[in-house]
Amino acid sequence: MLLNDTIKLALSSLSSRRIRSFLTALGIAVGIASVVLLTSIGEGVHKFVLSEFTQFGTNLIAVAPGRATTTGISGAIISNVRPLSMDDALALERIPRVVAVAPFVQGNAPVEFGKRSRRSYIFGVGPEVPTVWQIKVAMGRFLPYDDPRAARAFAVLGSKLRDELLGSENPLGRRIRIGGERYRVIGVMESKGQMLGFDLDDAVYIPAARALAMFDRESLMEIDLLYAAGSSADKIAKKIKGLLIARHGAEDFTITTQEQMLDVLGSVLNILTLAVGALGGISLLVGGVGILTIMTIAVNERTAEIGLLRAIGARRRQILVLFLGEAVVLASMGGLAGLVIGAGGAWLVGVAVPALPTHTPWSYVLLAEILAAFIGLLAGVLPACHAANLDPIKALRAE
Amino acid sequence: MIYLAGVERIFQVGDEAVNALSNVNLTVDAGEYIAIMGPSGSGKSTLLNIIGLLDRPDRGVYRLEDVDTTDLTDDQQASVRRHKIGFVFQFFHLVPRLTAAENVELPLILAGVDPAERKSRVQAALSALGLSYRARHRPDQLSGGQRQRVAIARATIMQPNVILADEPTGNMDRNSGKDVIQSLEDLNEKGMALILVTHDPDLGSRAPRKIQMVDGKILEDTGVL
Ligand SMILES: Nc1ncnc2c1ncn2[C@@H]1O[C@H](COP(=O)(O)OP(=O)(O)O)[C@@H](O)[C@H]1O
Ligand SMILES: [Mg+2]
Repeated sequence: MLLNDTIKLALSSLSSRRIRSFLTALGIAVGIASVVLLTSIGEGVHKFVLSEFTQFGTNLIAVAPGRATTTGISGAIISNVRPLSMDDALALERIPRVVAVAPFVQGNAPVEFGKRSRRSYIFGVGPEVPTVWQIKVAMGRFLPYDDPRAARAFAVLGSKLRDELLGSENPLGRRIRIGGERYRVIGVMESKGQMLGFDLDDAVYIPAARALAMFDRESLMEIDLLYAAGSSADKIAKKIKGLLIARHGAEDFTITTQEQMLDVLGSVLNILTLAVGALGGISLLVGGVGILTIMTIAVNERTAEIGLLRAIGARRRQILVLFLGEAVVLASMGGLAGLVIGAGGAWLVGVAVPALPTHTPWSYVLLAEILAAFIGLLAGVLPACHAANLDPIKALRAE
Repeated sequence: MIYLAGVERIFQVGDEAVNALSNVNLTVDAGEYIAIMGPSGSGKSTLLNIIGLLDRPDRGVYRLEDVDTTDLTDDQQASVRRHKIGFVFQFFHLVPRLTAAENVELPLILAGVDPAERKSRVQAALSALGLSYRARHRPDQLSGGQRQRVAIARATIMQPNVILADEPTGNMDRNSGKDVIQSLEDLNEKGMALILVTHDPDLGSRAPRKIQMVDGKILEDTGVL
């Protein structure tokens, strides 16, 4: 029997029961569509999150106070943690191949200009932040290289804060009040958009030492280091560790390289994609059960036909192939429809809800179609075996 | 061509054993025309099924063209059915969703015959039975006689040695029945052996050799001298 004929026979019997075949294929279509749609969203989120994290550059190392222990409890709550100070940040600058260091402390405070006031993020940073975070100054200049411990009261506005507070007025040289203290605006940043819910444009950058005083903190929240491209993140992390242990007397800080972070993030996101894919897989399973049911019914209804085929010389294996073929064709057509619905749905979601990015990799599409055919095969095996093993005489008498 | 000796077939129905065939001896030569008659339940169909290798005897010998069929595997039996035997049933057993031509084509498909060759063979078979103009009709658009002639075309498309017809006219009026028998007899004249099971004594009397069955036994066989 030729493959072509097997498929034709399968199609003819499927199309003779259109509604039933349609509904059964629909079960698989819904399953495949949900697998494709959910993994597309999963992949989209994956890509989105990774790009969010790499937009600040990849040659980054972050140092945070406190030690993340193996039990997962941050050492920050243990009292003998020394603060991560401005002096630490200055010391780190002297490590070879470290290009720039950015101390960082963040808080919330009202920013006032004249009668207008707005609560924004206050980023206490060093002058090297534009280099380390790869952000650009749109107007004026960034914070100057003052003595870090006695920096002047200069402020650089995020683009949104500037719009909200000053409107179209020229911001440069204006006097504003941040947390009640007087500052002079010396620059405005380019718009950077949101990152994971933080609106980086609704912020004001001031010298780190001033922010520490404003929020009455001893310790920086983080020190970000940019190292020269081509250097080993691990080697530099080791040097940072040695230096800080020497300064603090103990390892009461946590070093995270961007590489590590992206690795962890990537594997977490992969698991996420897998998990949502498996969720879609449940509906695929239900679709498979649908095929099993309908093929069992078909074999029962067509018992006499099976007897006839045996009488005109069909081997058991041929009967098996005929019914398996039907199940596989049914599932594959459902799968194909599901792919179109799923990929189309993913595209629609991407267009309609830009905040929810989607990405449909072709390898997934192919895999999903193979999966659909495989499920058809699996669901068809039992009824097809039953059909092949019927006694031809009893089958012929079944009418 | 066909040689049966001491053939028994026993069906177990619940606790009871039904002797559908007991001690059947039968020899059929190539090209013969035999009518098998007998009351319902006398074992006619069972005999036909055994000859057609759809069933196996519980005891006895069945040789087809000097090959002992009891040694054949399932697949070998299927192959013999495909190439040497043509079945015609009382209830036609046409596949309802396929056209007349497609029904006739089925044995060729199962045998893996090339599609181009199939077309011409199907056309020839249908026109030989006067059914060319019905080739694209489905069984439910055909009369009983037409359906049975489609079934005959299907049974003979592989050029078998023997046609086994089990009450082929049992499901149609007399006139259609005559047409069907005529079609079978035409094929017999071309050399295919014809074994015809029938209730109708008129039809039975047309065969040169008549076999009378009762209770699973051959009561009378005009071919045995
Ligand atoms: N598959 C079967 N299972 C049980 N009994 C059967 C089966 N086939 C036939 N029989 C019995 O064998 C006997 C002969 O049946 P059959 O050959 O169909 O008779 P006929 O065709 O002459 O009417 C009957 O008593 C029938 O009930
Ligand atoms: Mg009978």
